[in-house]
Amino acid sequence: MSEKCIVCPCEDVTLADVEQAIGLGYLDIDEVKRFTGLGTGPCQGKLCMVVTCQLLQKVQAADPSRRDRQPESQKEPHPFTPRPPVVPVSLYVLAAGKGADRER
Amino acid sequence: MSASGRMPAAAHRLASEAETVIIGGGIMGLGIAYELARRGRSDVHVLEQEYLTSGASGRNGGGVRMQWSTELNIRLMQESMEICRDFASELGINVWLRQGGYLFLIRGQAELAQLERSVALQNRCGVPTRILTPQEALRIVPELNPKSFVAACYNPRDGVVFPWPFLWGYAHAASELGVQIHTYTKVTAIDVLGPNRFVVHTSKGPIRCERVINAAGAWSPAIAKLVGVELPNHPHRHEILATESLKPFLKPLVSVLSSGLYFSQSMRGEIVGGITVPDHDDGQVHLGSRLRFLEDMAADLLSVMPVLSQVRVLRQWAGPYDVSPDGLPILGEHPALPGFYLVCGFVGYGFMMAPVIARYYAELLCGGSRHPVFDRCRLSRFADGTSERELMLIG
Repeated sequence: MSEKCIVCPCEDVTLADVEQAIGLGYLDIDEVKRFTGLGTGPCQGKLCMVVTCQLLQKVQAADPSRRDRQPESQKEPHPFTPRPPVVPVSLYVLAAGKGADRER
Repeated sequence: MSASGRMPAAAHRLASEAETVIIGGGIMGLGIAYELARRGRSDVHVLEQEYLTSGASGRNGGGVRMQWSTELNIRLMQESMEICRDFASELGINVWLRQGGYLFLIRGQAELAQLERSVALQNRCGVPTRILTPQEALRIVPELNPKSFVAACYNPRDGVVFPWPFLWGYAHAASELGVQIHTYTKVTAIDVLGPNRFVVHTSKGPIRCERVINAAGAWSPAIAKLVGVELPNHPHRHEILATESLKPFLKPLVSVLSSGLYFSQSMRGEIVGGITVPDHDDGQVHLGSRLRFLEDMAADLLSVMPVLSQVRVLRQWAGPYDVSPDGLPILGEHPALPGFYLVCGFVGYGFMMAPVIARYYAELLCGGSRHPVFDRCRLSRFADGTSERELMLIG
């Protein structure tokens, strides 16, 4: 069943892929992202992030020892590091901004 | 993506004693740990302040090349790429090595004269680099704007790897041999009790050891300060972007040395690349993303590859270069601190050089042969003033 359930439609990552990563010991959502590739497609995690958070939370609840192994900063469900831009932007648009006089 | 291997890191408690403590769970620290363990010296603890791939080893563009201006780097990278080729069979992990070549674009005549000397040196070492006219370069990448450069140099045997499996492969193989890898374990202090006697204090408790290897990359000057050592290297932020995936069309990694621009097409089809942008000079590691990078990168990329103008950027991130004053790394035991070893200052090419450096480092530590790189890259060279610079640095 989990082989056919898609978690990240951009990168074709299935529930089974995520479960495998978690089972192998990838503790943090940023590690799960790197191991499976989820969240790195055109939507940048808008569809897969919440599901993955929930899965990690469920695994923690089922195995408290796992939670103990995680550092304080990683114990609560959290998104992976957000990467700009919020939506895809064409290169010619960005190039036009070069050298613009503004606060940044 | 496929990557095998259980992550053993968090399963172990920190031991109270070890022979070797390696600070930094990047490619250099993990590579040395693996090579030590392979030689039967597996009483090694690797301390990583965050998760594996969280530092520069997980943030770089994956380029591996044999085009350099110093014979030392040319020969080391020839060997490193040989090791890369065997990596899949040796460690059972696919690092997606794709040898599509490196194409350096040259914008000025003065730069061309320098590159001609480097190419001649590479040829003497057996690297088949060729100087190309713009028209010849167009045969390799027809989409280039021929007005944006005066000449190019091309080595078809350079390439690109996918960095993350490389780290996991080393980590998995090292831990199978008994190495303990501790993630989210930050070093807070180091006591020097005497020659080859240290206590490394961490967020998970203290550990006594005979030797400490500072493989902390951009964080290595801060680690060295813990034992009162001032290193001449400093961190510098380098940003990268990835675009949406395109049908595979771009064979080599393309780079413009004068601006620090580089880009390649990943196995997933994304254009991945970066450019040099000035950073704070405060000795701190900065990993924030800036709009200015996107603009500088987009403008220079489109001057070289105008065909990409409609392609959209999906994300950007940053990684820290560990910049040494002469572009060559800092290696070996600290002259005043027996047992305190340095492996830092790689200026953005530590990832590609790790396989060969890790091997020679382990040989040195096990009392085997001492590769000339350790004399050439000793810390005291900066005081002696005998440095030959590496000039072919991207950024």
